[in-house]
This record gives sequence, structure tokens and C-alpha cells, in this order.
Amino acid sequence: MSDTLQRVVIAGAGHAGGSVAAMLRQLGWQGAIVMVGDEPIHPYQRPPLSKAWLTGEASADSLALRPAAFYETANIDLRLSTTVTAIDRETKSVTLGTGETLGYDYLILATGARARKLDLPGIGLRGVLELRTAADADQLKSALGPGKKLGVIGGGYIGLEAAASAIGLGAAATIIEREPRVLARVACQTLSDFFESYHRAKGVTIEVSAGVAGLEGVDGQVTGVRLTDGRLVPADAVLVGVGAMPNQEIAQAAGIACDGGIVVDLQTRTSDTAIFAIGDCTKRPLPLYDRTMRLESVPNALEQAKQAASVICGRPAPAPEVPWFWSDQYDLRLQIAGIPFDATQIVVRGDIAAGRFALFHLADDGLVRAVEAVNASTEFMGGRRIIARGKRLSADKIRDMAVTMQELAA
Amino acid sequence: MAKITFIEHTGKAHTVEIAVGKSVMQAAVDNNVPGIDADCGGECACATCHVYVEPEWLSKTGLPEAGSQEASMLSFAAVTQTDSRLSCQITMTPELDGLVVRMPEGQH
Repeated sequence: MSDTLQRVVIAGAGHAGGSVAAMLRQLGWQGAIVMVGDEPIHPYQRPPLSKAWLTGEASADSLALRPAAFYETANIDLRLSTTVTAIDRETKSVTLGTGETLGYDYLILATGARARKLDLPGIGLRGVLELRTAADADQLKSALGPGKKLGVIGGGYIGLEAAASAIGLGAAATIIEREPRVLARVACQTLSDFFESYHRAKGVTIEVSAGVAGLEGVDGQVTGVRLTDGRLVPADAVLVGVGAMPNQEIAQAAGIACDGGIVVDLQTRTSDTAIFAIGDCTKRPLPLYDRTMRLESVPNALEQAKQAASVICGRPAPAPEVPWFWSDQYDLRLQIAGIPFDATQIVVRGDIAAGRFALFHLADDGLVRAVEAVNASTEFMGGRRIIARGKRLSADKIRDMAVTMQELAA
Repeated sequence: MAKITFIEHTGKAHTVEIAVGKSVMQAAVDNNVPGIDADCGGECACATCHVYVEPEWLSKTGLPEAGSQEASMLSFAAVTQTDSRLSCQITMTPELDGLVVRMPEGQH
């Protein structure tokens, strides 16, 4: 580069990208920041897209990570509606979709994940939707309303949240799940059972162990989902929510180590020391669990944004946090601290029937690995602390509501 | 609009303006004030927007009610004091114009 001013280029303007740009300025980064995002709008929060945004309770303003004026004030050069298409590690430069070439001192890959596609007959019909972006959410929103029918392929968080929002808007919803229970990949049986009965009581139809043969339509517009057992689930719109894939292709093409995600360390460095990666696109170490994995969550994006900004500004990266997740459905707030790796026992604290409880996942020796809390934020907060400290607890003590969470976590 | 001054743990002050009706946390986020993480986006669900309210403002902001969600969250925040609040739970009013809050050393 021609002058002494250093430049950070951020590939991706989602929650991770938008946050790392702001944190770099918070930590005093004086150099240039260029952020490149494929969507036409400023960085925004995705979690409300399946919830408050769908039901009309959130405004575009409240969705934005920061007000539009912030980027100008903070001197962040935002390039929207384009992407980084290639990385040249030799010359430390990237090529944009516009053809422009930009040099970098540090490159942060915050490229996110994209919806997994299903290869099914009729998948290209109008009204077959996915839910990753605000544009996706607007399409879904326009397909919902009183009397409408939503088909949901995939009983994961996106599917359950969208079904809850659809019901809230007066539409009918049918969830079609391949596994014998919803949330099969991400929650325990007890929690799956709880959410299944809650959704059914709200009027959602749930088909488990159900295969999809294809989508059917009239004049190019979807009209239903054909199951492998021959039944047809009628639908005015079909949401496909069957997981996400990391956007790692530009890293891979540049010879950066990838393994089901861009491989990073606890400083968010990739195999190239000038290139960092943060958020959904990364495969990261989880020292608490002695594993590496991809975490698709806002808390992970924020944690890694802090790590990258700190390291680039010459500060030590903050210590790794206990992973956590949340999901809102109807009047239920699910908060999960930790991941139940190596857990062999589940202890219930609270009252499942009353919809206010926490499931503690313990290893053989009583080590708390994860806490799944439904309308029980205190149990969630206490659980994070207990997991971070590597505490062992007895099942009797956890069950005893006379023992406060503060005492359990002390 | 109402003014709020955020004082970092280091003593550095940031005075910002925010519309009445918005939260103190939102003022920090919108103006990129360091020291407020606000991980959950203002849902009273993570305790990373913790502040200490300056004594002369405490009567106007009040303290979290015993047994409230905020009190419960705060009981797990880092280094709480008797003047601790979660800034997502303080809504700006004309009476709070000029509010001064301090931030803890860290939010985690």
C-alpha cells in the first residue's frame, strides 16, 4: 500500500462483520476499514427475521445493528450489494464482484452460512422459500396471514420459530421432520417432546419420521408437499429450513485451511496470519469441550468479533466464553448454555408442565456440560457460570428448588 | 433528545444523545460506546449491558425490583454494586436528561 495507513478489509456485512467493524473502532483502530456485503442493506440482526420481524413487531430501524449514520461517523467504508470473489494472499489483496481490487493488511472473513438446499422435484416452484436474509423474510411474510397455509420442511429452530410466527399471524402451519422428533440435532428428547406438545397445542401439525417426495404446484406456484407415504400437505408457501452450510469457498480457493468451516484458533486466525475468520463460517476450538466445531449463533459471532478486533489492535484476545443460544417461540424463551457433549444424565429443575424449567446435562462425575432453560433465565445465567467454572453438582441439589441458583453457582 | 454520559472503567467519558423512549443501552450501541456489549440485543437476557448509576441519578432511575428478571440477571453479572442496573432496562425520559452512568471493568 502506498501510505502508512493500514487497512482492514471485512468480507461479509452480517452480524459478525458489522460487529467487528464497530469493535475495531471501539478499541482504537486508526486505519481504514472497508466492509463488503452482498445484501443491499446495512448490517442487521438476523434472529428477529423468524420472530418479531415476521409478525410485524419489529421495524427496519430496530433490526439494524447500528444506525446508518454510524458507518459514516466511524469512517467505515461500506460496499454493499457486492462480494469478495477472490483472495490473493501473495499481494495481500482481494477482488470484489465489481472488479475492483483492494489491498489489505488484515482480512477478516465474515462470510456467514447459507441455507442447505434440498434436491427435490418442484424445489424451484414459486413460494418455496428459505430464511436467511431480510429479503427472504419479506417473501415469507407476504405469504402468511389469516387462512394461509405454511408448510415447513425441517423441524429445527428456524422451522419452529417460523411456525410459531405463522400461527401468531392467523395462518396454519405443518412441520415435516425426517427424524423421529423435532430439534433432533440440537436438543435432548425431553426438550423436543416439550416443544412438540407446545406447538401441537397451539394448532401446529407436526409430521415426524416423514420423508418428502417432492413439491407440487400449479402454474409454477407451490400448492403442497408430497410425502413419501403418498399424503399431500397442502401449502400456500413452503419454508425449507434444513440447516446451513459455511461460506468457505473463497478461503478454500485461496488455500486457507477449511474443514467444514474455515479453521481458526482462539484468536480467530486462519492458517494465514494476516487473515482472520469470524462467525457462522468458522470451525473453532471449544476448549471447554476439547473439540472444534462450527457454532451458528449470534453470541459466537460477537465473541469472535471481539477476539479478532482485540488481536488486530494488539491486545490479548478475551478468554473464550461458554457457548450459548436462544430461541423465542410463542411465550417461550429457550436459552441454552453449553453443549451436552459427554453428558450421561439429565436432571430436571423446575416444572416442565408449567413451562418453566431447566434441564441440566451432567457427565458421569457430575460435571455440568449444558443447561437448557425454558422461561428460566436465572437457571440459564447460573448454568453459564457453573459450566465456565467446571463445577460438579449432585442431581439432588439441582432438583431442590429451595437451593437458589446463586447458591448452586457459588 | 436527552443526553447521557457513559464513563468507561478507565475514566474516559462519552456524552451522547438519544431519543426519549429508547433505552440507555441503545444509546451506547448506536454511538459505539466501548464497554457495553449488549450481547442479547436488549432483551434482559444476558447481563452484558451492566452499568453503575451515579448517586445523584439513582432516585430517578430507581433500582431493579426484588425478584425481577433484571435483579436475577444482575446477580450473575461481573462485580455488581448496590447501584447496579442493566442499561437495557432503563428507558430514557425527559427527567433523565443528563444521566451519568459508569461502566464496570468488563461485562463477562
